[in-house]
This record gives sequence, C-alpha cells and structure tokens, in this order.
Amino acid sequence: MKPRTVDKIATGVIVFFALLIVGILLGLLGYILMRGLSHVSLDFLFSPPQKIRAGGGVGPQLFNSIYLLVLTLLITVPLGLGAGIYMAEYARPGRITGFIRLIVEVLSSFPSIVVGLFGLLLIVNYFNLGFSLVSGALALTVFNLPLMVRITEQAFRTVPKQQKEAGFALGLSKWKIVTSVLFPVALPTIITGTILSAGRVFGEAAALMFTAGMSSPRLNFNNWNPLSPTSPLNPFRPAETLAVHIWKINSEGLAPDAAQIAAGASAVLVITILIFNLAARFFGRYIYRKLTASKRMN
Amino acid sequence: MRGKLKQSRFEKHHIEDFIGRSYMSLCVLLLVVIIISMVYFVASKGVSTFISGDVTVSDFLFGTKWSPEAEPASYGAFPFIAGSFLVTLLAALIASPLSICAALFMTEIVPGWGKKLLQPVIELLSGIPSVVYGFIGLSVIVPFLRNTFPGQGIGVAAGALVLSVMILPTITSVAADALSSLPQNLKESSFALGATRWQTISRVIIPTTLPAIMTGIVLGMARAFGEALAVQMVIGNAPFVPRSLFESASTLTSVITLGMGNTTMGSAHNNSLWSMALVLMLMTFVFIFLVRLLERRNKI
Repeated sequence: MKPRTVDKIATGVIVFFALLIVGILLGLLGYILMRGLSHVSLDFLFSPPQKIRAGGGVGPQLFNSIYLLVLTLLITVPLGLGAGIYMAEYARPGRITGFIRLIVEVLSSFPSIVVGLFGLLLIVNYFNLGFSLVSGALALTVFNLPLMVRITEQAFRTVPKQQKEAGFALGLSKWKIVTSVLFPVALPTIITGTILSAGRVFGEAAALMFTAGMSSPRLNFNNWNPLSPTSPLNPFRPAETLAVHIWKINSEGLAPDAAQIAAGASAVLVITILIFNLAARFFGRYIYRKLTASKRMN
Repeated sequence: MRGKLKQSRFEKHHIEDFIGRSYMSLCVLLLVVIIISMVYFVASKGVSTFISGDVTVSDFLFGTKWSPEAEPASYGAFPFIAGSFLVTLLAALIASPLSICAALFMTEIVPGWGKKLLQPVIELLSGIPSVVYGFIGLSVIVPFLRNTFPGQGIGVAAGALVLSVMILPTITSVAADALSSLPQNLKESSFALGATRWQTISRVIIPTTLPAIMTGIVLGMARAFGEALAVQMVIGNAPFVPRSLFESASTLTSVITLGMGNTTMGSAHNNSLWSMALVLMLMTFVFIFLVRLLERRNKI
C-alpha cells in the first residue's frame, strides 16, 4: 500500500476513535438525563426515602451530601493550602522534599475503599466517633487532601518569579510575600481546582460506606440545634449520602421503583457535577479578571 | 543599642513569619502522620490473619476455594486476585488504544479545536461518579451483553467495559500532556524527510513518548484495580475463578465492599478481608514504583 493511503486510513481511525469518546460521553449524559430527569421533581428532591413503598425521595441524602461536602472543605482547604504553600515556596530540593512528594503521590493513588477502611479502623472504631458525618468528613479529608496540596502547589508555581523578587526587593518578609503578593495571583487557580475537587468529593461513595454509614436517622428539618440527635446539623449522626444511596438501592433496594429512584438520583448527582464544572470555569475566569485587570480587591 | 536589637527581633513581621512557617510545617507533618498511620493500621490488621494461624500466606494467595461460612472454613483469595487482575488488564487493553487516539487527535491531527472539543469531554468523563458508572453499566451494558452473548450479562466483560470508560480520561490526559511537550523540531525533521503524518506518528512520536504513555496506562490500571463500587455492581460477585468473560466473578474490592459490613470485627472472615485490603495497598505501591521507573526512563 502507498504510504499516503496508509496515512489516510490511520487518520480516519484516529478521528473515529476520538469522536467515539465524545459519543460515549454524550450517550452517557443523554441516557442519565433522559431516564433520570423524568423522575426528578421538587417532591423527589425534598421528601424522605421509602423503604418498601414507591414514591420515596432523596431529601435527607441530598442534604447529607451537601453538608458533608461543606464539612470536608472546611477541614481540607486550610490544611491543603498550608502544605501546598510549603511545597511550593519553602521546601528546598532534597531528600525530605522528595519523600513528601512521594507521600502525596501515594496518598492520592490509594483506592478510595482503602481510605474508607482506614477511616473505619481509626476514626470510627479507635477514636470511637461511630458512623457519623465527622468520620465521613475526616475520611474524605484523607481522600481529598493530596489533591488540594497539588492544586495549591501548582497554582503558586505559576506565579511569575519577578513578582516574588519585586516583593523581596521591597524588603518584605517571606510570609508577607506569600500572603499578599503570591496568594492573590494564585487564588483563581486554587478556586477552580477546589471546585473541581469538590465535585469528586460529592460523588464519592466507597470511602463513605464504612465511615459516614449507610443509614440516615429521621431528621427534623425544623430543629437546627447542632447537638440534638434529630437535627440535620448534628455532626455526630450517621449520614447516607446521595452516592451511597444510589449504590444501596441498586444492590438491596426493596422499593418497587428502586430503578427509577437510582436513575433520578444519578441525574441529580451528574447535574450537580456539571454545575461544579461550569462554575469552576466561570468563577475562576471572573476572579482572574477581577484580580488582574482592575485594581486589586480590598 | 541592645534594647533596640531585642525589640526588632520581636517585630510583628518576624512573629507572623514564624507562625506562618510553623503552621505550614504542621500541615506537612500531618500528611506524614496520615500515611504512616494508614500503612501501619491496615498492615497490622491485614497481617493478623496470618499471625493468628487461621490461614497461611500461600493458602490465602493461591487457594482457589473461598467458603468462609463452611465447616471447615477456607479462605483462598486467589479467585478475587485473579478477577482484579483480569478486569484491570482487559480495561487497559480496551482503553489504551482509544485514549492514545484521542491524545493524537488533540495534539497532532487537529491541535486547535480538537483540544477544545476533547478537553471538556475528558474532564466530564473523569468527573462522573463511580456509582453512576455502575448504574449505567447495570442498566445498559449488562442487558446488552445478556442479549448478544451467552450468559447473564453480568461478569468480567461488563466489569472491564465499565472500567475502561472510567480510566479513559486518566490515560488520555497523561498521553496528551506527553505528546504536546514533545519538541517541535523532532516532528519537523521527520516531515522534512518526506514522511507522512502517520509515518511520523508511528515511527517518531509514539516511540519517543512511549514511556510517558505507559505511565498513563499504569496510572489508569491503578485506578481500575482499586475501583470498588462500579465493578461490584456489574461483575456478579461469584467467588470463583472465571472461566469465560461472560461468567460471574469477583474482585478484591467487590468482596471487601460486600463483606465488611456483614462480618464482625476480629473474626477470621473479617480479618481475611483486611488481608485483601493489604493486598490492594501493596499493589498501589507496585503501581507507583512502576510509574517512577517509567518516569526515570522518560528523563533520559
């Protein structure tokens, strides 16, 4: 065969496979939304699930997912920022830094079920926190922290060196340079990365089954006292999230409409993640414009 | 003079600097503590099966009979280990060519809008949660396989197909990064010799970036090996070494997922599940070792 013909065929194959991937994604999204959205209604989003009868919703699960995400980010963001800034600005190249880098790599590639088991062993049993939102948030912290460290480190590394040197030339302390010169420039990237990692946390299930538990107590949405056992805000109650709920009704659901509920819940999950993705894009761009084109905020 | 010096040491920015630095060191220390306690706890729990004498290491790794409820119970985890490796390898075999084509499409065929089109697609594919993949596998792939091939539809093939879509984004993004960081003059000299685009891709681009592409494949395999729920939902969960691709099987992760909630802590059954978690952990180390090895080759 002529090389030119081979070239044409190969190009055709490559283009076909690339478009196939686009097709797979469109097919996946289309399928989830087509099957799921018909089941999603306000009632579905806010009512509690039913065990045996049809017509249950995912209200508590949706609330649990959001609340757990907030708790996780509250713990992860400050820790991730600290470790990430250290890696980008303070760590000197050498054995110890190499070791820490290896740790971040190992931690981020542990299977999420292993993270969940570690949470079960240490947080649930050893620290005796039981199946609770706190246990879940701590397990998710282990799961999300390495990612947060990497995001922060990369964001700080992209800041032009001259900005830092200008700060030093003005006689600023290192901490001052980090907080008021580098941080504002790195912020848009950090925010984009954080929102994307939040999407990952929102859909995580394997790390939560044995830490946040697979049940949700009867919640009273008029009771906002965080210490009361029926309050949705109580961090020491078990909390089944949306993703765990999908898994559970697929494997042991007894309700006659289990498949529809799973489809509806999947649609809600996927739409939330789509929103996170879009938000990350636009929010990052917005803040970047705000911080660079106009005069600095504050 | 002395007083002035002393004062300057405790100036506000010195204290700030000190506090900031200590906080950051604390965060890094926390990372170290997490990893050490994680390895220690999972390893000590996983080893307890063998220390208590319930099972020997070789029976656990190579025994093909898993019947924890029977009398006498036997804890052969080979079916699960084999299942994990089988779905992982199959998923990598399916996903790698697709991903490499996607990466070539983004960087070589249509560098402009190819990247604009595929980048968001890849991001979204990696953002879809694993339970949703499992649900789609159960409601689309399994019925399809049931109608086209002999068997129930659930099994190794379904698991591998679901996993292959899940690891597509990992391999594609690593491969695309490697391809786009390739020096331009390498390609240009190949074109100058009169090579077609495919000749350039197959004889210059792929061979030079092969270690990096392999890195992506290994990372994808690591993800597939550790994936729990999506696989568990479609693989059928039978504790046997599969003899055909359309036969129900189990993986390490699926057995742990199903068994951990139903066994009491400290029982031999439960301990053997922890040993499987230890195997998962050790495999993670192996995958990272491979990635490091490939990266070192990539540098030269």
